[in-house]
Amino acid sequence: MWLFNSSIGKKLIMSISGAFLVLFLLFHATMNAVAIFSAEGYNAICEFLGANWYALVGTMVIAFFVLLHFVYAFILTIQNRKARGNNAYAISEKPKNVEWASQNMLVLGLIVICGILLHLSQFWAHMQFAEIAGTEGGNVAGVADGAAWIRFYFSQPWIAACYVVWLVALWFHLSHGVWSAMQTLGWSNKIWFERWRCISTVVTTIIIAAFIAVVLAFAFHLVPCECTKACCVAACIN
Amino acid sequence: MDNIMKVNLKVWRQAGPKEQGGFVTYENVETTPDTSFLETLDILNESLIEKGQEPIVFDHDCREGICGMCSLFINGHPHGPATGATTCQLYMRRFKDGETITVEPWRSAAFPVIKDLMVNRNAFDQIQQAGGYVSFNCGGAQDANALPISKVDADEAMDSATCIGCGACVAACKNGSAMLFVSAKVSQFALLPQGRVEAVKRVKAMVAKMDELGFGNCTNTRACEAECPKKISISNIARLNREFLKAKLKD
Repeated sequence: MWLFNSSIGKKLIMSISGAFLVLFLLFHATMNAVAIFSAEGYNAICEFLGANWYALVGTMVIAFFVLLHFVYAFILTIQNRKARGNNAYAISEKPKNVEWASQNMLVLGLIVICGILLHLSQFWAHMQFAEIAGTEGGNVAGVADGAAWIRFYFSQPWIAACYVVWLVALWFHLSHGVWSAMQTLGWSNKIWFERWRCISTVVTTIIIAAFIAVVLAFAFHLVPCECTKACCVAACIN
Repeated sequence: MDNIMKVNLKVWRQAGPKEQGGFVTYENVETTPDTSFLETLDILNESLIEKGQEPIVFDHDCREGICGMCSLFINGHPHGPATGATTCQLYMRRFKDGETITVEPWRSAAFPVIKDLMVNRNAFDQIQQAGGYVSFNCGGAQDANALPISKVDADEAMDSATCIGCGACVAACKNGSAMLFVSAKVSQFALLPQGRVEAVKRVKAMVAKMDELGFGNCTNTRACEAECPKKISISNIARLNREFLKAKLKD
């Protein structure tokens, strides 16, 4: 079928899966930002999602798109390497208009994947997964006490630093990815190209700013501790 | 002749498609700032022939930037450091006296080296033959106002049609993708009523041929449009994607 055989078809898969993941990130970033203002509000969202059927379906759809995006990135890269040939240029200069990110999407993507794995092991495994498995989530906090988990992890400097590196890589990945997805969909021309590039930068910056704000706010203990449970208090002092 | 300048030319030499190639540096090649780059290669070749050595093989024809025959990857850029110009339109005043200039062939699996700096760009001909034409008889030219075409479309089609098929886009692309070339060829017809008749068939056939010949996938890095001697825009690639997806969804 053309979707899997043709070059444009394969790019369409990258484009649609990527665009979907951007929408997911927009949701996730908005949800996270709540944690800065209200631990109670954030935990209410955690409770609402949890291991409810709609959250599980959502998680599976997201996992499917991440996998699809990942697998096709490799299929396309292998083909591209082959098309480039074995002989590299002795001297090759990057033209001025070429974004650095656009030529390093795979590397940036790999950093993003590493970040996702770290993130899943720290949060998802103790929250949604623990709820599915019926375990307690861990000795730090309960499965729906997202605010406590955030405080626990981001108050540890090396973890906060890892998240910042991850998010910066994601910024570069998305700043190219968003307009590139629209270009692949054919939804562009000389005027829309500039518009999409602008939208790309704005959307990416909003998403990453929201994520980083949460990491930094908790890393620098800017969010007052509302919870009085022993576990939270321990993390607060930490 | 005053203003004599000397340059060192580091040139890729390769005896044949299957032979191992390598760089050979020709030092102190005498030329002038007003001499074209290809003429400087001619001067070097003459001296090589006088010495009984094999001259450097490179593609060239019209030497006025319209035939698309000249190629050469010079100092890290297809068609050299000038923008919006082919190699034959490149003059030595772009370089410094005593500079070492690195000259390489297009490097892409779909454009194998024939000899030295000459590559086989037959793949582009094959893509054109797959659908880059109007197959019915359009008849004689009719009154311009008998078939109204908007100025915007006419200009866009003309811009797309300025593609000379030199292959600089493929040479510049880290993925060896031919999307800029194919998109220009598809666009020049897709924008005009005569071309629309076979638009669906054309886009499918040309993309299929492009994929079959082993060109890479476009990742929108924009290196192609930056290096294109005719400044073909990547908005053509968006149009190609649009035309292709619409054609496939119609099936």
